[in-house]
Amino acid sequence: MSAIVKLGDVYKRFGSNQVLKGVSFEVMKGEMIAVIGASGSGKSTALRCIDRLETIDQGEIEVCGIRVDDPNVDLHRLRREVGIVFQSYNLFPHLTVEENIMLALRHVKKCSRDEARGVAMKVLEQVGLAQKADAYPEQLSGGQQQRVAIARSLAMSPKVMLFDEVTSALDPQLTGEVLRVMEDLAADGMTMLLVTHEMAFAKRVADRIIYMHQGKVWEVGDGSMLDAPRTPELRAFLDNGL
Amino acid sequence: MSGGFTAAHLLYLVQSIWWTLVLSALAFVLGGIGGFGVMLARISPRRWLSRTAMVYIEAIQGIPLLILLFIVYFGLSVYGFQVPALVAAGMALMVYSSAYLGDIWRGCVEAMPKPQWEAAECLSLTRWQSLRLVIIPQAMRLALPPTVGFLVQVIKMTSLASVIGFIELTRAGQIINNSIFQPFLVFGLVGAFYFVLCYPLSRWSQSMENKLNVGNR
Repeated sequence: MSAIVKLGDVYKRFGSNQVLKGVSFEVMKGEMIAVIGASGSGKSTALRCIDRLETIDQGEIEVCGIRVDDPNVDLHRLRREVGIVFQSYNLFPHLTVEENIMLALRHVKKCSRDEARGVAMKVLEQVGLAQKADAYPEQLSGGQQQRVAIARSLAMSPKVMLFDEVTSALDPQLTGEVLRVMEDLAADGMTMLLVTHEMAFAKRVADRIIYMHQGKVWEVGDGSMLDAPRTPELRAFLDNGL
Repeated sequence: MSGGFTAAHLLYLVQSIWWTLVLSALAFVLGGIGGFGVMLARISPRRWLSRTAMVYIEAIQGIPLLILLFIVYFGLSVYGFQVPALVAAGMALMVYSSAYLGDIWRGCVEAMPKPQWEAAECLSLTRWQSLRLVIIPQAMRLALPPTVGFLVQVIKMTSLASVIGFIELTRAGQIINNSIFQPFLVFGLVGAFYFVLCYPLSRWSQSMENKLNVGNR
């Protein structure tokens, strides 16, 4: 097994606020890792640094052999390896579901229209929304929009997918349908790193869980760590959070 | 010598509307092209380019169009470039419009939510592709009302070209009035013609706004 994502002693500061204070972890091929932690613990920032939506101050990040901390990193190459799904879906409101998915296939991968449409239908079936291909994002529920966002990312066949609190804006029922899609992806062997507040989901599906606290990796373990936290901070987080 | 207002006078006025339209179209097309360039420069991550565009916008917005007309028409002739009044007016209006349109469009592009840029760029689209395929189509809806509003301004401002002797609607009105001296009638008519040109545009802007609004009802 090889590491798809490697973070080594990463520091990141926003103004006077030191958000990441030496974060290190690795994501192996085919692994699903859930990052948990309180608001402000730096978990979303860490995720965004991996796709270089934020630049880091110090340390190393490597994705599929690409040095992300290199100032001259080829962003185009990096982002063909990495898919990212956001809390706020960020679908393109002026395009239909199918066009949302086809856009990057057509303009980045230079697929023909038919090819792109074929891929779009395939990923839409995968998330159970093939019948919504011609709908506009605003006509869909939050859960459906998020599944389209996952399909859009999936269509580019990334080597690793990042999920940034993708169910935080959804009610419990819609959360369920999105989590099921993610569980299927994990079962298919997709390498996934997700920042989440869904403890039960993390415990059941994730291969490893990373608990972040005050900008550091505080505790790492499998699902059982949520039943028997070693640190008082994780215990307190779990008691307050649930 | 003052006669009455005749059909020939009316015909002369109506014909001169054509030149007001030509000048407006010239200002708008050239100003649109220039304005798009100014907008691109203004949102460029290259600091010097963005600064240059900002200085351009602020300089032009601080100078009356009339003075720009004088600079182009009289200024160039001093250096031996005797440009026709139409060309001078077109150039001055282009310089003027591109500063305003560039600034309007910059505002609309910058008003698009940052996560839309992020989503596009995370799909490996280049900055230019993100702008062209994701940002501009959405910004257009926002840009339409102020753009057409500015077009209405441009139509009215072409009347300034009358001072460098270009015969458009206003100048035609002056010429007729000089011969028959019925200012209330003549300039009232001229004003009514401007209104007829401008009012449908404002209405059109409203209907287009509703149509383009598909994605964000």
